[in-house]
Amino acid sequence: MLIYLRKRIVSSALPLVVVIVGVFALARMTGNPASLYLPLNATQQMRDDFTARNGLDQPLLVQMADYFGGVLRLDFGQSLRTGQDAAAMALRAFPATLQLAATTMVLAVLLALVVGCWAALKPNGIADRISSFVSMAAASIPDFWLAIVGIWVFAITLGWLPTSGVSGAGAWVLPIATLLLRPFGVLVQIVRGSMVSALSEPYIKLARSRGAGELRVVTHHALRNAAAPALTVAGDLTVGLVNGAVVVETIFGWPGIGKLMIDSILQRDFAVLQAAVLLTAVAIFALNILIDMGYALLDARVRPVTVKA
Amino acid sequence: MKTAAQQAPIQRTGEAARAATGQTKAHDVVLQVRDLAVDIRTHRGTVRAVNSVAFEARAGETLALLGESGCGKSMTAKALAGIMDPVCDLADGEIVLNGTDLAALSAKERLKFAGPELGIVFQDALTALNPVYTVGTQLGEAFRIHRGLSAKEARVEAIDLMKRVGIPEPESRINSYPHQFSGGMRQRILIAMAVALNPRLLIADEPTTALDVTVQAQIMQLLRKLREEGQMAVILITHDLAVVAEEADTVAVMYAGNVVESGPVSEVFADPRHPYTKGLLESVPVHLERGAKLKSIAGSPPELHDIPSGCVYQSRCPLVQDICRAERPVLRPVAGDRPVAGAHPVAGDRPVAGAAGIGGTPVNIPSGAQPRPARTAACHFSEEISNV
Repeated sequence: MLIYLRKRIVSSALPLVVVIVGVFALARMTGNPASLYLPLNATQQMRDDFTARNGLDQPLLVQMADYFGGVLRLDFGQSLRTGQDAAAMALRAFPATLQLAATTMVLAVLLALVVGCWAALKPNGIADRISSFVSMAAASIPDFWLAIVGIWVFAITLGWLPTSGVSGAGAWVLPIATLLLRPFGVLVQIVRGSMVSALSEPYIKLARSRGAGELRVVTHHALRNAAAPALTVAGDLTVGLVNGAVVVETIFGWPGIGKLMIDSILQRDFAVLQAAVLLTAVAIFALNILIDMGYALLDARVRPVTVKA
Repeated sequence: MKTAAQQAPIQRTGEAARAATGQTKAHDVVLQVRDLAVDIRTHRGTVRAVNSVAFEARAGETLALLGESGCGKSMTAKALAGIMDPVCDLADGEIVLNGTDLAALSAKERLKFAGPELGIVFQDALTALNPVYTVGTQLGEAFRIHRGLSAKEARVEAIDLMKRVGIPEPESRINSYPHQFSGGMRQRILIAMAVALNPRLLIADEPTTALDVTVQAQIMQLLRKLREEGQMAVILITHDLAVVAEEADTVAVMYAGNVVESGPVSEVFADPRHPYTKGLLESVPVHLERGAKLKSIAGSPPELHDIPSGCVYQSRCPLVQDICRAERPVLRPVAGDRPVAGAHPVAGDRPVAGAAGIGGTPVNIPSGAQPRPARTAACHFSEEISNV
């Protein structure tokens, strides 16, 4: 298992480098920070000084080499905006996103499992039709629209919940509800589909012929077989959430990595943007390794073969 | 249809029933199926896949259900075991297993019988085993469900079962997954699961079709051994005439969802009284010259939504007459080896449910055993066929 993990980590290195190069180059296409940070009437001399001080006058390749040199020493540069360490800023913002994403996904997966299984018990039955409609709607409603409607109804009109921020449990309700909807809708459909096919397998019939009741058939025999596709999709959806939930974090003023990224892009705060993207990429690679381990846990057929000495 | 269930309390299942009634004696009737009908709901409407099927299975004996693919054999088996597809309905009939009509029970009530009274073995052992659990977990499941054993106790039983069906090194193999076994071993595991709680009835749905010939023989031998040990009634579903000839005591030949002929294997094979049975037997290549043409039955069985109103076999029957197109022949007793006068159905002739035990020549009745049903065939000209 350790060998397998090491292999995965090594093989993740190259994509990470590609991500950094891409972000590095693309960020610099947004323009020169000097025009943002200096007053409108700044002289060309002042602009050149600013650019030179931040190393932005060097050729792109030199800048990149410098940056990689820094990354290897775990020095991710400073924020242009605040002068703080870029990595520290990204790490500070990350837990808020992670908490939001984790809570959302746990809820989405649990709800989707219940609803998906319920729908799969009788394909084309009433439960199936209702859940199909609900999940389709959930997966299709745009999150920014829902967020705004949510704020308008529950925060402004009814005054039950705060409009934004992270203070108190109430502040979690709207962001989670908004983020939850799409993963829930998508997962219900995945769970339903894979459960329907798992439930039609001969081993399910055989389990019934041994006297296994409906609950046992569904939760013990079918669910574990149906879990793999749901795990894949749930992983993919989690990536989306970790990746910022940019819109929702911005709307609800959630101090997460998504909001940090948006702010850094708008302010051409390259070092912070790069640190945030790098951190997110590492998190996503870690998540993918976890998902692969999840497959192995669920199904012996995909476990890495351990050769006995 | 519900009378049998009313007579026998539902609680008397498995070992409890055995304690009350004593060990099943050889040749006792274990299962009586009467008028069994199964409907399938399709996009083109409801079709009848199994139609007024009747037979009986006796302790320590093997009944073969013989027929081509799609003739309703497996559907019958699944109806007996209560594991039909969701689009199938038990439309009619009785499935009296040891005094209880399973057809009259709810799905939940039937679960008590699934395992202790009745076991089933499928054709494809790989898909019939759950790929994500060890065979030990699956073998032990019946003990956990029906006897409330702990995981540890069930494991002991599972190892014992693996020994019984001849799996080497059960103590280490118990933690293996189905994909780590060979086809023959998987089939043994499947059989072990079916006989775990010593059921009275074992349904084997083409248990050897997916296996190579040498393994086939081993599996059939194992089934025979288990049948003797447990005095189980075995229903063997197959399209293999050789297997029927070797293994079965009685046979019910099915065609397009109907039993067209039934009786002791030796008699039916020696003297078939239905043109379909005759055709099947004639398609077996024996002592052929090199290059000689293989015989077969021309045409194919009718589609289920297109079953003709008369005899189900009319489209392929070499003896077809007008009456065959007009009137569906019912299963009627035919005499054993002696031809019976009067070819055409006599007015007032009664249809015979295979288990009803009307007329015919009794065969091999051990003293004190229940009387055998008649040899039957569903053909207007069954008495003429042996002379053809």
